[in-house]
Amino acid sequence: MSSWIKKSAAELADALAAGEVTSVELTQAHLDRIAAVDGDADSGVHAFLHVDAEGALAQAKASDERRAAGIPASRLDGVPIAVKDILTTIGTPTTAGSKILEGWIPPYDATVVKKLKDAGLPILGKTNMDEFAMGSSTEQSAFGPTRNPWDQSRIPGGSGGGSAAAVAAFEAPLAIGTDTGGSIRQPGAVTGTVGVKPTYGGVSRYGLIAMANSLDQVGPVTRTVLDSALLHEVIGGHDPLDSTSIDAPVGDLADAARHGAGGDLTGVRVGVITELGGEGYQAGVLAKFNESLELLRSAGAEVVEVSCPHFVHALATYYLLMPSEASSNLAKFDAMRFGLRVVPDGDPSAEDVMRASRDAGFGDEVKRRIILGTYALSSGYYDAYYGQAQKVRTLITQDFDKAFESVDVLVSPTSPTTAFKLGEKTDDPLAMYLNDLATIPANLAGVPGISLPNGLAEEDGLPSGFQILAPVTEDARLYRVGAALEALLEKNWGGPILDRLPELEGVQA
Amino acid sequence: MNAATLMGLDEVLATFDPALGLEVHVELNTNTKMFCGCPAVFGGEPNSQVCPTCLGLPGAMPVVNAKAVEAAIRIGLALNCEIAEWCRFARKNYFYPDMPKNFQTSQYDEPIAFEGYMDVTIEGDDGEPEVFRVEIERAHMEEDTGKSLHVGGATGRIHGADFSLVDYNRAGIPLIEIVTKPIQGAGAKAPAIAKAYVAQLRELILALGVSDARMDQGSIRADVNLSLAPKGADKLGTRTETKNVNSLRSVQRAVIHEMQRHGAILAGGGSILQETRHWHEDTGVTTSGREKSDADDYRYFPEPDLVPVAPSREWVEELRATLPENPTEKRARLQIEWGFSDLDMRDTVGAGALGLVEETIAAGAAPQAARKWWLGELARRSNEDGVEIGALGVTPADVARVQALVEAKTINDKLARSVFEGIIAGEGTPDEVIEKRGLAMVSDDGALSAAVEAAIEANPDVADKIRDGKVAAAGALIGAVMKEMRGQADAGRVRELIIEKLT
Repeated sequence: MSSWIKKSAAELADALAAGEVTSVELTQAHLDRIAAVDGDADSGVHAFLHVDAEGALAQAKASDERRAAGIPASRLDGVPIAVKDILTTIGTPTTAGSKILEGWIPPYDATVVKKLKDAGLPILGKTNMDEFAMGSSTEQSAFGPTRNPWDQSRIPGGSGGGSAAAVAAFEAPLAIGTDTGGSIRQPGAVTGTVGVKPTYGGVSRYGLIAMANSLDQVGPVTRTVLDSALLHEVIGGHDPLDSTSIDAPVGDLADAARHGAGGDLTGVRVGVITELGGEGYQAGVLAKFNESLELLRSAGAEVVEVSCPHFVHALATYYLLMPSEASSNLAKFDAMRFGLRVVPDGDPSAEDVMRASRDAGFGDEVKRRIILGTYALSSGYYDAYYGQAQKVRTLITQDFDKAFESVDVLVSPTSPTTAFKLGEKTDDPLAMYLNDLATIPANLAGVPGISLPNGLAEEDGLPSGFQILAPVTEDARLYRVGAALEALLEKNWGGPILDRLPELEGVQA
Repeated sequence: MNAATLMGLDEVLATFDPALGLEVHVELNTNTKMFCGCPAVFGGEPNSQVCPTCLGLPGAMPVVNAKAVEAAIRIGLALNCEIAEWCRFARKNYFYPDMPKNFQTSQYDEPIAFEGYMDVTIEGDDGEPEVFRVEIERAHMEEDTGKSLHVGGATGRIHGADFSLVDYNRAGIPLIEIVTKPIQGAGAKAPAIAKAYVAQLRELILALGVSDARMDQGSIRADVNLSLAPKGADKLGTRTETKNVNSLRSVQRAVIHEMQRHGAILAGGGSILQETRHWHEDTGVTTSGREKSDADDYRYFPEPDLVPVAPSREWVEELRATLPENPTEKRARLQIEWGFSDLDMRDTVGAGALGLVEETIAAGAAPQAARKWWLGELARRSNEDGVEIGALGVTPADVARVQALVEAKTINDKLARSVFEGIIAGEGTPDEVIEKRGLAMVSDDGALSAAVEAAIEANPDVADKIRDGKVAAAGALIGAVMKEMRGQADAGRVRELIIEKLT
């Protein structure tokens, strides 16, 4: 195993700048790691649905040429990255984890992908995910689950389990995720990695295959807080192709992380959300959470309890709004212009082809949400469901506004539990949905959030996550407080938590 | 299809009150589509003007075309509407192969413009103009769908077709849908009001310059809603919606047809099925389309990919200042300026030629001459060919030029008709047609003089009569000369030459 793959992206960028390593070497080292541990649907981590070795090496070569010519495209030029398979990539397959898109090659790049390419980051491949990002375990992928590198009998979280596992297993130093109700943060928590959901509108959604447009956000998946900040700066900013993107500079996020890593939080007011803790949370997760609060206090932060009374309705609200938007978004998958086409016997009409293709192409969870959303939007039910949910959404936003009057950041455990066993909750959608209890409020209000690893739960030795939330467009606060906590934790641990990751067996792909 | 039983119109009117509702779709002439940068022009190779957004590819997103919003606001203002301070787009969800996303991005309960009116002028019972106020419920923005082409089968419709092709060039072209409130109390005038409303709306759209407003190309499409209620009833009857009625004349015919069809069904004790109906231009009847009932649930909800449209009041006032003169007021002014009688004016408007006549006059022709050509020769051709008069291919500048050539005696009226034929046939400008067809009158006195002398020689008896003072006999010689010159001579000049030579 190459020693390079364990380094952070910031360290790799420094090494590239110093000429200690080439991008081709780094890219090849990660491709070798993928070949060694990723396996397939049946064994191995299975973080990737598609590995683009040729494309990544060509990009790496171009990066080395820029470095040699003294004109790197960005600080991260040459650092390889993995991209969740829900962002379109020109010329390489994009499935969103669904059979219905198997074999589809997009004719255009998502804005985020274009920004990565423009900044010189070789794209290693596309990562596994729950179908159309609908799930919390990556078990809903039509192409087989991703396995948690900490324990391959367990889930890596979802929907972005592939990106989180790829980063945790040292298959990629960086990855891109998307977060509609926690799909970046919850996988981060259960794999011991860092994940950030930026402010809604902070990163372009153009080219992101939408689940719920008003909730979806693209963000970084990394092993360190600083790496997330560096990647966030690359992908963030206004996009004329996404009219919901914020027309303001993304800000000095890496500076905030470096400042925070000094470990001084004097004067920072931290609010613990009363409603996100206690019953339903694993004891070891709560213990780690309380230890983290102590560390924040020790760094000078003022830790207080804050109530957000409407958060208890967040899950119900989310499961009305998200399926409503999703049911409409997924209508375009009709076999007419792209994707799977199933033609029934006889003399089928266009409607018959649509029906057969959608029946064969969508998985159960996707169908469940289409049905839920169709119902919630139906005439006669709209006011009671969709309309009412929008009102509760406003109340949740107001809870945030009120809370942020008295504190600078809000905190909670990211996920109520550590990684559960594969198959444990696949027959119980409600139990699955509960994984996102603590992450969903941020999506409903559009506020930014980060999850960073804060230890291994005593009862199972698996990672738990610490969530920090900040007001809209105050993403820099996540990096300052996150980097401070990370530094304090690593000081206690004597190094990054992923140093404790069990050695991964090489698998035969 | 079985021909529907119809009731006589007089009988319908004796028994029922009709209620009309018109939904007019105006395709805007913006450079680009409603939500993407693709060109929004008519024609073009199928599927050559498409991108991920208007094809509805996974991940693509819409961005609102500001020019389309501007056009929508101007239309709203011209229709005396309120302009929303804040409004959103909504998704209208239903599956159809020519709709890329299987939802249409439209507006639902928050239209950009609402609560307006248009005063429509029709011919009253006494033959004098009568003004009828049509109230406008709303004008909203939306995108057009693609176009399906059903190949094989007899009807060109989806049933019986071997396969279907879809052209997405039209998908995403900006549309403004203008919806009237139910028009009640029109009685026998309902068909005329329907036609006049669409005609005046079309004029208004043209005056605003926001659309080509070509009904034959579908850049204005009218849907006609009609219901009958027993005379004096408070409640409206069940309506049918006749889709895509694509000429002014057809709007009137479709209303009459549906009144007669509804009348026969209701009088026979039947009930009207609320449905969409297709208009058949050739036979002048409607046939059942898909059933439209309360079961049709579009599951509208606000489009989450777009931010709300919130036009500032300053902008709205700026746009108000750009509005053209109200066509109704303008017509009254032009009638005085041009010295047209009421009949002249009504004929001109009725032929859809008001703007053409106006432009022709602006290009230098005298008002009566402009009217003569458009309402005479060109209206005749338009009827014969079944083409809108503005779509003949003859421009107001052409007409003004032809008239100038007639006045300069380069051609006469008869030759002018041939010039128009040439222009319509695509042979070029008036001067080019004259050149190509050799239509100019012979103004060379030498050639004319020789022809006159030949005619005198060939008709000595006639010549003698003229020498004896019977000038009226000159007609026979003029005819002979004109025949010799193949009509390309100024008859007045020929007459002068004959008299000169024989007296």
